[in-house]
Amino acid sequence: MKLLYFAWLREKIGLSEEDVVLPAELVSVADLVGWLSGRGAGYQAAFAQAKLVRCAIDQNFAQANSSIAGAKEIAFFPPVTGG
Amino acid sequence: MPRIIVQHEDFDAGAELARLNADDVGGIGSFIGVVRGEGKITALHLEHYPAMTERALAKIADEAMARWPLSDCTIIHRVGTLHPGDNIVFVAAASAHRDAALRATAFLIDWLKTSAPFWKREDFVSGTSAWVAAREADEAAAAVWAN
Repeated sequence: MKLLYFAWLREKIGLSEEDVVLPAELVSVADLVGWLSGRGAGYQAAFAQAKLVRCAIDQNFAQANSSIAGAKEIAFFPPVTGG
Repeated sequence: MPRIIVQHEDFDAGAELARLNADDVGGIGSFIGVVRGEGKITALHLEHYPAMTERALAKIADEAMARWPLSDCTIIHRVGTLHPGDNIVFVAAASAHRDAALRATAFLIDWLKTSAPFWKREDFVSGTSAWVAAREADEAAAAVWAN
């Protein structure tokens, strides 16, 4: 699965994107965030404030309880600030 | 069909408004967002999620077309590095009557601020730089249109 990171999540993690093979037991976005948080200090810092992290699955906004089954691309980013 | 553009270059607001003029149009509402410097900011960097941005903007425009009797609408958002006074965003809506055009214009910019994947980072006169935090006031403005 392809993971994308934007804005300060990208800076804290030190990557804009990566391909990962996820453990089969991960079901929701929240599960994925928990798993990613354990991958190192950068990830832990990026996901430390869950309230400030937003997500999109295959380019559609998703929630913490959204299912990640079958997703090709999951993006994590801060609340948007366009306009 | 809504005109959706994400680009580095500036836009020509006059030409965009002229595009929306048509036989059945009685009014065109528009909003232009510009970089506010306040003497503190030297540059603004706009990052986005290219694969998602145009789709998200098209959804916002389609929602406006469904809610009001518009003949057409336009959303143009700039990305990259901008400076105080530069244009950031243009939204416009055309309709037979002003009420729909004005309401749809407000809807377009309010929803764009909370529903399109753009992020701003500001460079300050002091030499430091910081990501702009989302404003609760923007969430509240968008929530007005929730129903």
